[in-house]
Amino acid sequence: MPLIKDGTIVPDSWRTVADDAPLPPSDPVIISFARWQKDRDALAGRNGQLGIRLSSAQSPALIADDLHRFQLVALEFPKFTDGRAYSYARLLRERHGFKGELRAVGNVLRDQFLFMHRCGFDSFEVANERSARGWAAALQAISRAYQPAAEAGPSAKPLRWSLSAR
Amino acid sequence: MKNVWKPQIVTANRLTDGAIVYLAGDGNWTRSIGRSLVANSEREAEEILATANAAVTACQIVGPYLIEVSLEGGVVRPVGTREWIRAQGPTVHPEFATEPERAAA
Amino acid sequence: MYRYDTFDHTFVRERVRQFREQVQRRLSGELSEDEFRPLRLTNGLYLQLHAYMLRVAIPYGTMSPTQLRALAAIARRYDRGYGHFTTRQNIQYNWPTLSDVPDILEDLAAVEMHAIQTSGNAIRNVTADPFAGAVADEIDDSRIYAEIIRQWSTLHPEFSFLPRKFKIAVTASPRDRTALRFHDIGVALTRLDDGDIGFDVMVGGGQGRTPMVAKTIRKGLPKQHLLSYLEAILRVYNQLGRRDNAFKARIKILVHETGIEKFTALVEEEWAHIKDGALTLPEAEIARIKAFFAPPAYESLEPLPLAYIEKRRADTAFDRWVRQNVVAHKQAGYAIVNISLKPDGGIPGDATAEQMEVVADLGEQFSYDEIRVTYEQNLVLPDVRLTDLYQVWEALKAAALESPNVGLISDIISCPGLDYCNLANARSIPIAQRISRRFADLKRQHDIGELKIKISGCINACGHHHAGHIGILGVDRKGEEYYQITLGGSGDENASIGKIIGPAFSSAQVVDAVETLVDTYLGLRDGDERFLDTYRRVGEKPFKERLYATH
Repeated sequence: MPLIKDGTIVPDSWRTVADDAPLPPSDPVIISFARWQKDRDALAGRNGQLGIRLSSAQSPALIADDLHRFQLVALEFPKFTDGRAYSYARLLRERHGFKGELRAVGNVLRDQFLFMHRCGFDSFEVANERSARGWAAALQAISRAYQPAAEAGPSAKPLRWSLSAR
Repeated sequence: MKNVWKPQIVTANRLTDGAIVYLAGDGNWTRSIGRSLVANSEREAEEILATANAAVTACQIVGPYLIEVSLEGGVVRPVGTREWIRAQGPTVHPEFATEPERAAA
Repeated sequence: MYRYDTFDHTFVRERVRQFREQVQRRLSGELSEDEFRPLRLTNGLYLQLHAYMLRVAIPYGTMSPTQLRALAAIARRYDRGYGHFTTRQNIQYNWPTLSDVPDILEDLAAVEMHAIQTSGNAIRNVTADPFAGAVADEIDDSRIYAEIIRQWSTLHPEFSFLPRKFKIAVTASPRDRTALRFHDIGVALTRLDDGDIGFDVMVGGGQGRTPMVAKTIRKGLPKQHLLSYLEAILRVYNQLGRRDNAFKARIKILVHETGIEKFTALVEEEWAHIKDGALTLPEAEIARIKAFFAPPAYESLEPLPLAYIEKRRADTAFDRWVRQNVVAHKQAGYAIVNISLKPDGGIPGDATAEQMEVVADLGEQFSYDEIRVTYEQNLVLPDVRLTDLYQVWEALKAAALESPNVGLISDIISCPGLDYCNLANARSIPIAQRISRRFADLKRQHDIGELKIKISGCINACGHHHAGHIGILGVDRKGEEYYQITLGGSGDENASIGKIIGPAFSSAQVVDAVETLVDTYLGLRDGDERFLDTYRRVGEKPFKERLYATH
């Protein structure tokens, strides 16, 4: 599945590791929340970047205290109509101050890119090649916003603002 | 076979304008229920549904499904209020009745 | 009324362009129907029983003559010459083609209208008091805050894929004309101790399979916190609302299952984090929006002009219409005019293109360029001089819009039902038509007095049957249309949910059943009690006994 980062399709340097598979010593890996709970202490000594993948039923509040341990958080969209991760993304960025990579995974489609991007996602594991190619068009389709979202923060946005100014 | 087979036809909405259509004997989609292709066995029903699904892929129609019909007097009539209203148009606007139904009335 | 600036124009036009491109992708096969459905729904486009249906937002029910003429033109050019005004201050077109819809949206954009979020699991068109700005008892114009909410909710990136649809209503008057307590969120303006404007916020109301009256979640919310508080409610709902069962996905179920105390605590906790953040409403923004709703330049007029009194005396039909359809205005010498879209045997809420144009002309000539839509599926001219009423009435009469029946038994709310709707189990409109014909005698209607009949063709309750004094719900019984009757519902400030009176009636019996209920009420009525008052006083027993003894 193509991965979009910084607006372009890039090779994925992260590897998602199954719960029962051994972890490579230093490659960047994405593990499940279950594995994190089980191997938390053992992972402390690991030399390599760590990412965690949360299902849409797992609130990031579950890892709020451990966020410094993760360089990547992947949030699942099991169906594109399941919008929980939009709130999770904003909470991670705005409430918990997560600065690492925030990745949308699952049923990630072109017509959701803009919403996801505005909620703080910065990488996208896209469901298909065709959707991925529509990235730029999807982000440019609407240039005005009627509400601040994850773009707020230090330079808070007004209620109505131009997205092209971001 | 446990149940007596009841004849069926396949209906859908046309993608471009949403109009109600039925699969006709010539493989085209028709507005006229009278021209619809009747499945007289479960195997035939599966066949016409497969044809319909191909038309979905080809972006001709949306949401095909089988409906039961009666064939009394050689006239194809849908069974049930919903399909009857679909076939003839909103009952509160008789002037919108589809052409063939109006002719039959 | 609110006018678009360059910002709004740019936004809406971009949205049209985006949808045009999405339609292209659908027609070319790039998008499957499953992928396209939510995209078309958030642009108000359904695929209904016979055809596509486009629902256009009339934000908080306010429109200009130019806008209403554009709606008429769309009906004529792209549809079959009519439109249907809905219970959420929208208008629906029943016959557009998919390929025409981008052009329709472009025509709408040209008159500052759109169909954004009139469907889908997002925040829907925000509704408000159709008499806003014109009634004496309001705290402020509810449309100011409805517009602020409308903007905030538009393409909200976090809340575009909620568990289910989300409806917000705003009112500023003790008399509720919005069915506030049947909304996911009801916002009632209130006067705070310091004299400033605030809000009582209600949450978890709704109809459908599990009707609920909204509960108060916060009283006296200071006005600058309106959006942050709404965002907190929506954020809790988006995370915790049920997604496993569409019938249990509305916020009312979450509030009910969580309990209002715990739900309130969750919202307050979330709100504490965001309350003084970027959503704090600046005074300047409230003032900017408020300026759009400044009252028109009313003239100082005689409170009761002689010519008007004489017209009423001379013309009994005019007098009857005034008594039933015309409401007191805050400004001396003016009146609020209800235009009934419920003629004898007509389709509730339908208006032809010609009728829309007549009303547009009247709005322009006699009502300071404003027309309103009510959730009871009627139209309103909010600011008419008493001296102009006769002329207005004559023009309405010429367009068959003069039915003097607002609030009476023939002023029925009805969903489109099985004549149009994919979800319906039974037809609704024909029942409404038959009831209105049965009670066509105006003298009899006036004698019966206020009686709200509301009809839904399925349990989704778009026809508000739960809130009807007499509610009628269409059900399918082995392929036949049957109708279940509820009594005692009300959508006003004393909201209540109707109770099922007994076994359902066949289509042939249901109008007789309604008549029996009315006759029973007339026999029991004490003084000038309304049907609902009598029912609340005596309970269901006498109604039930008479109904099932007779039928």
